[in-house]
Amino acid sequence: MKKPRGWKELTPGSVILEAGNAVEFKTGSWRAFRPRWLEENCIQCLFCWMYCPDMAIIVEDGKRKDFNYDYCKGCGICALECPGKKGKKAIVMEEEGK
Amino acid sequence: MAKIVAVTGNEAVAEALRQINPDVCAAYPITPQTDMMQRFSSFVSDGKVDTEIILVESEHSAMSACIGASAAGGRVVTATSSQGLALMWEMLFIASGNRLPIVMPVVNRALSAPLNIHGDHSDSMGARDSGWIQLYSENAQEAYDNTIQAFRIAEHMDIRLPAMVCMDGFIISHSIERVEYLEDADVKNFVSEYKQMNPLLDIDNPKSYGPLILPDLYMEYKRAQHEVMTKVKGVVLNVASEFEKLSKRKYGLFESYKLDDAEIAIVILNSAAGTAKDVIDQFRAKGIKAGLLKPRLFRPFPYEEVADAIKDVSALCVMDRADSFGAYGPLFIEICGATLHLEKRPLMINKIYGLGGRDFMPEHAEQVLNELSVIAKTGKIRIVKEYIGVRE
Repeated sequence: MKKPRGWKELTPGSVILEAGNAVEFKTGSWRAFRPRWLEENCIQCLFCWMYCPDMAIIVEDGKRKDFNYDYCKGCGICALECPGKKGKKAIVMEEEGK
Repeated sequence: MAKIVAVTGNEAVAEALRQINPDVCAAYPITPQTDMMQRFSSFVSDGKVDTEIILVESEHSAMSACIGASAAGGRVVTATSSQGLALMWEMLFIASGNRLPIVMPVVNRALSAPLNIHGDHSDSMGARDSGWIQLYSENAQEAYDNTIQAFRIAEHMDIRLPAMVCMDGFIISHSIERVEYLEDADVKNFVSEYKQMNPLLDIDNPKSYGPLILPDLYMEYKRAQHEVMTKVKGVVLNVASEFEKLSKRKYGLFESYKLDDAEIAIVILNSAAGTAKDVIDQFRAKGIKAGLLKPRLFRPFPYEEVADAIKDVSALCVMDRADSFGAYGPLFIEICGATLHLEKRPLMINKIYGLGGRDFMPEHAEQVLNELSVIAKTGKIRIVKEYIGVRE
């Protein structure tokens, strides 16, 4: 844990000068439902990657890999949008802690 | 060479804004300010300034547009009055909290209800805790001079806070007075090129304005905001001294009028101070040691300096052109705060006057000074807060 900042250490007007610093703020613990990726049903359409509001889908060489659970808030948009294969979803939502 | 003209307060401030040539102006009409921004938009239409003018649908939008333009990195101005300032309310705090040096002439006008378009200080006094610097102006000359100085104060790299320049609606905004204009080149040189701080349009260095700050850090930001306000006094005095070299007109944190040896004194803002000074001269001619203090910088309030100026007065009346119903007037409360730690302090009373443009007449000042003479003699206060110039 970083030492909390005192009032003399702040930028004027609470302006954030470091672009992309949301990466430091891990939001995965907010999740109530956890998406699970079923690779066998995945057609690599990348809809999930496009729709994910938290950039929590890891893509390498143009192909999706597993979720980045440090940032996934469990919103379920990916599971909703996933077309799957032959009527079978490639992303399913499961309750956390079960 | 300065140019001497006969103009209204609105015209004088619009002229100052023409000379300053800000980057962006977003404004919405409201009496008695309308005429100022109308004149300024004529300068825009006639190509006398390079300002981008944004016509908006309300004062809330005007201030919002100013906030955006200021964060983007521009020198920004707007102006308002009364209900307009009230409608800006939530955005005022965003401008100051984001440390955006927007300059806003406020043509003081009463607040509804009942509906009234004339001058009193209810509007700007209501915004006293919004984190804006507030300068008050007695006449058109002071409004012109304060507007020019406000840009330097607000935009100072140690300050970066928005500033209001207040003047009385109609009494000053619409009355024609003698005003000395500075040369265009002198004003341009005085306000100098706008210096940006963290501009959003610097796309090579992306940044973010207005983050969510939760209980773990919010109080630190507010403490920092107070700290920057404590530096304003010094900047106001430095800017005033530079301005004096240019204009030969002297400004301070407040004006002391025959106050040095005064036994009785009045504290009063804006145009009514002019009337009160005439009456003080009459009392002086009768051998009565009367004086006056006219605050110029109301936010931040210069407590120590004011206390030092009035500490030897026996009886003092603080006159408020705004009311706090069921409480003392806002200026009176500040003067009480200023004198709190003095071992010996004046006996003080509070008069509410001039609401909704009710005339402040010489006889009102006389009545107050006579009452102060009695208080100084007897050491007894009849009543702390009272309304003057009001029918029973």
